[in-house]
Amino acid sequence: MMPLQALAVTETTPGGALLVLGIVMTAVALVGLIGLGGRGARAIVIAALLFQLYVSVRVALMVAGTQSPLAYVVGGFHPPLGITLRADGISALMMVVSAAIFLGAAAFAWKDFAQPKGKPESRASLIFWTALLAMASALNLLFTSSDLFNLYVGIELLTFAAIPVAAIKGGADTLRAALRYLLFAVFGSMLYLFGIVLLYGAYGTLDISGLAAQLQPNAATLTAAGFVTVGLLAKTALFPFHLWLPPAHAGAPAAGSAVLSALVVKGSLFLLMRLWFDTFPTLREPADMQLLALFGALAVIVGSITALRQQRLKLLVAYSTVAQIGYMFFVFTLAPKDAGALIAETAWTGAWTQVVAHAFAKAGMFLAAGLAAEVLGHDRIRDLGGLSSRAPLVVLAFALSGLSLMGLPPSGGFNAKFMLLVAALAEGHWAWGAVIIAGGMLAGAYVFGVLARMMAEPAAGASLKAVGHGRQWIALGLSAVAVLMGLLPLEPIAFLAIGRAL
Amino acid sequence: MSPVLLFWLAGSGLIGLSVYGLIVNPHPLCKLLALNLLGSGVFLLFGVIARRGASAGLGGDPVPQALVITGIVVAFSATAIAVALLLRLHSEAGEASIDEEEDGQP
Repeated sequence: MMPLQALAVTETTPGGALLVLGIVMTAVALVGLIGLGGRGARAIVIAALLFQLYVSVRVALMVAGTQSPLAYVVGGFHPPLGITLRADGISALMMVVSAAIFLGAAAFAWKDFAQPKGKPESRASLIFWTALLAMASALNLLFTSSDLFNLYVGIELLTFAAIPVAAIKGGADTLRAALRYLLFAVFGSMLYLFGIVLLYGAYGTLDISGLAAQLQPNAATLTAAGFVTVGLLAKTALFPFHLWLPPAHAGAPAAGSAVLSALVVKGSLFLLMRLWFDTFPTLREPADMQLLALFGALAVIVGSITALRQQRLKLLVAYSTVAQIGYMFFVFTLAPKDAGALIAETAWTGAWTQVVAHAFAKAGMFLAAGLAAEVLGHDRIRDLGGLSSRAPLVVLAFALSGLSLMGLPPSGGFNAKFMLLVAALAEGHWAWGAVIIAGGMLAGAYVFGVLARMMAEPAAGASLKAVGHGRQWIALGLSAVAVLMGLLPLEPIAFLAIGRAL
Repeated sequence: MSPVLLFWLAGSGLIGLSVYGLIVNPHPLCKLLALNLLGSGVFLLFGVIARRGASAGLGGDPVPQALVITGIVVAFSATAIAVALLLRLHSEAGEASIDEEEDGQP
């Protein structure tokens, strides 16, 4: 285990400026988007996202090459007054994943949100592209910032960019869902802000590593950690706070649902993991962490059972997000501060594999669900028949995503759940092991239920439309990444531990 | 009672009141106002912390003040988005309520 001081990289490292580029270039493109108007919007967005992918891959390669985190001290002002941007292994991983999925979603939405010449520009399309880029920028800020207030701003930017995407279709139900999402999210961030106010009052700094070095497990710190955690749980839609998520994610257009479910909920989850493993590692008491795992377990069970009972495909996929998020919370109890390093690292790798595999699988699944709705003109699960003959690639994409969600080998979902299961059993948490297995079986039930309907005969009088091949391949490509992750070796990945004191 | 303690109590009272309002009031506008009140409570506490941290002879610790201003801007943006959604919802549905309605399901 590294000493805590090793975390405090306070000097700008070579390549640290890349982190600034990752955040600022998308913001510059946003200004350009508003200035140049809607016709070129999608081209600007794709160009900015390609650049972001390039920057993210460069960051990941540099982190892997030097085996140490990149850092950039903004403006030369060191913490506690200034802000340090810092990318360790998990930041670099999430930057690459986020850029890749955003690019996929943008390519998918290329035609849906076009602004053809000769027609008046539509406001919805400009809003969609702006919000998409703003989400990408805010997520990069969340992945790299190490100042708690800066992270608050990032998480709010993410919410404000996500709400318009959830509301863009209009209609009373969608607006209601978006409003409920906003109220939950703002409540969550107010609690988070209250927590960091208390932390600032107690320690006079908001820098993550600075706080970790002087943290005392006293009443004020515990209260602050509690508020911050509950606030972020509300934003992550963990079990008791999950009610806002399914209608909001299901009401968005397909490309929007894909990024909301695959990435936006992971923003606050990332922050939660960052806080408990980097800022409050000394506060991690087994009992509190068991509570988080309990909520995770309830999310897996309740989310999966509710998904089984849905009659609309997009709602089923959204409830499956609630369930899959639950798995990620096992890491809090399975990577304890005093367990053997191997078990802790196995759980840590399992949790991040779950985050990434779920991101790709869910993006592919939402895009497939969107295409299915386009082919059939509705998304009632009962009447999905005929889809496999009309759009076989859509069914294949759905099936491959489902493979990863169920955790069948070979898939990223299998690796993730297997590693979490091994860690759970090795530490004697057989109850969480049982939940992991039960969740997989429930996921199997709802995925196979849908697949059986998709391969049935078309309903009488159903008229099936054709959809373009390009978008089917995008959905299939994202799902395929989730499955190909199953080829990774079943062991802790050293990259994920770079720059961490696990 | 010292003035700092008074502000502490006022801030905490605001937070308590607003959480209560947020939970019991079903109307989204009331919830939105409660959230704004919650923000005010948190900002007030931050102001107290700034005053308390002013030991170097300054009028106050400037960092919390800078952060509070940012926080106010963020809270204002959230309110603006929520009001826009509410107005749109009112014009589409004829009433602004976030209760689930099952009759809209085809």
